[in-house]
Amino acid sequence: MAYSVQFAHEPASAHGSSEPVVVFEHVSIGFNDLKVLKDVSFQVGPGETRILLGPAGVGKSVLLKLVNGLLRPDSGRILLFGEDITHMTERELFPLRTRTGMVFQEGALFDSLAVRDNVGYQLMERHKPVDEVDRRVRDSLRFVELEHTYDLLPASLSGGMRRRVAIARAIIDQPDLILYDSPTGGLDPITSTTIIELVVKERDVLGTPSLLVTHRLQDAFTMVTHRFDQTQNKMVPLPHGQINAKTSFLVLHDGKLIFDGTTAELITSQDPFIKEFLA
Amino acid sequence: MPLALEKIDIVAKRMVLAVQDYSIFCWQSVANLFRTPKYWGDVLQQADLIGVGSVPIVVLTGFFTGGVLALQSAQSLAQFGAQAYTGRFVSLSMIRELAPVLTGLMVSGRNAGGMASELGSMQVTEQIDAMRALGTDPMKKLVTPRMLSTVVMLFLLTIISDTLGTAGGAFVSVFINNQNGTQYFTSAYQALAYADIAQGLTKPLFFGFIIATIGCFFGMRTTGGTQGVGRSTTQAVVVSSILIIFVDFLLSRAMLWIFSGF
Ligand SMILES: Nc1ncnc2c1ncn2[C@@H]1O[C@H](COP(=O)(O)OP(=O)(O)O)[C@@H](O)[C@H]1O
Ligand SMILES: [Mg+2]
Repeated sequence: MAYSVQFAHEPASAHGSSEPVVVFEHVSIGFNDLKVLKDVSFQVGPGETRILLGPAGVGKSVLLKLVNGLLRPDSGRILLFGEDITHMTERELFPLRTRTGMVFQEGALFDSLAVRDNVGYQLMERHKPVDEVDRRVRDSLRFVELEHTYDLLPASLSGGMRRRVAIARAIIDQPDLILYDSPTGGLDPITSTTIIELVVKERDVLGTPSLLVTHRLQDAFTMVTHRFDQTQNKMVPLPHGQINAKTSFLVLHDGKLIFDGTTAELITSQDPFIKEFLA
Repeated sequence: MPLALEKIDIVAKRMVLAVQDYSIFCWQSVANLFRTPKYWGDVLQQADLIGVGSVPIVVLTGFFTGGVLALQSAQSLAQFGAQAYTGRFVSLSMIRELAPVLTGLMVSGRNAGGMASELGSMQVTEQIDAMRALGTDPMKKLVTPRMLSTVVMLFLLTIISDTLGTAGGAFVSVFINNQNGTQYFTSAYQALAYADIAQGLTKPLFFGFIIATIGCFFGMRTTGGTQGVGRSTTQAVVVSSILIIFVDFLLSRAMLWIFSGF
């Protein structure tokens, strides 16, 4: 497959050593009088996919924005690629941010730019030659199977297509970490599945570590029970009883991280909130 | 009344914080002029949008303001037998006060509001965050180009307004008041001193800066979805208009002091 060659790169563990990609240590943040996150600690290891579950408004987006320094914690420490970003200036953060791909809740595509310029934005900012940008934009769009939208403006795309373009924009420069903010939020079940298929494809083909936020349990379980088959070019279920070992869970409730563990641990958890959430 | 007092306290605190934020915002927008990367493409695009796009309204307001000045002044001046000074009156009023202020207010209504709503919708749809996540500083990419092009364009638009205002005055004097055209232009031209022109062309630099920084500042601070965008837009137009008139007063006072020593 074309992209598997062009995107070919070692799984993220090869970029750094075996140190975690993201570390949160006792992180708290609030807005005015509202405490959103209280004493949150967790890690994203190399090659890991971590799914953050939690009801709407609990602070999932806030947590994701803390990871690449779009928001600053009130207290605690955050490490990204081994570097302490807690007190970094905006300028110092830029190089770390460009190593991180972020897919925003509604896509957050630039309205005024065509799909090509949206996807190639980072490369154009770095003044890459036009034909290189063209080529890599096409590769990235092919990955999300939206090559035909190359010249279109975001306004003419459907909600699902916008998310896919946002994924193409996030992965174009082969990031070392991907942050997905509710990539299926507000989409119908069928479109949601195509988005999750792309996330699984990203995980299994490119192997980039990621942190994915969702309030839809369905998505999370599709991710652990499926793999991407490159020969068939689609997502297929794992054999019965098997789950993806690199994918694990975090659960946020009332500002606190109440769960951090594997799929099996999640399903058998005795926590009343988790039991109700899974029900 | 502890409750009302508490409220005043909170409002005052917010105002002070906002002024502080705005000062830092202004400082950054200027400091970025000397930092890389520079977005010349965006500067040109904004110059086209703000400058060329505003020409029609500036031409119309300039012309009719000059015309109405001639109309209103002719009668009073005639009472003192000074009708010959119409040109002088029109050109002085236009160049020192009316062209800068009216052009500023027009462009403020059109562009401070436009910038606030554009940046505001980018803020509420997370496009500003997306830009930061992609490694671009929105202050450099969005604010500084708008600031630079508004300052330059308002300067040029004010010159257009000066010219059109004088022409409007001439039109009224010649065709409605039946005055002598040569006399009008001679008096208009003779009246102009260096101080008047310096004053008239310094003002738009400040007004342009106010329009762009206030428009962008309110846009970038937008919260609360589409409703918030509407709120920011209105606030930006109101605040920039008031600031223009206030700063006009300060500048006029300062110029009097600089050029005539009182
Ligand atoms: N920039 C901000 N300013 C003030 N409050 C915020 C800001 N961002 C988020 N919040 C508040 O933080 C809480 C969590 O928001 P969010 O992370 O978006 O929730 P979700 O889990 O649905 O993604 C909400 O109550 C929201 O109002
Ligand atoms: Mg959210």
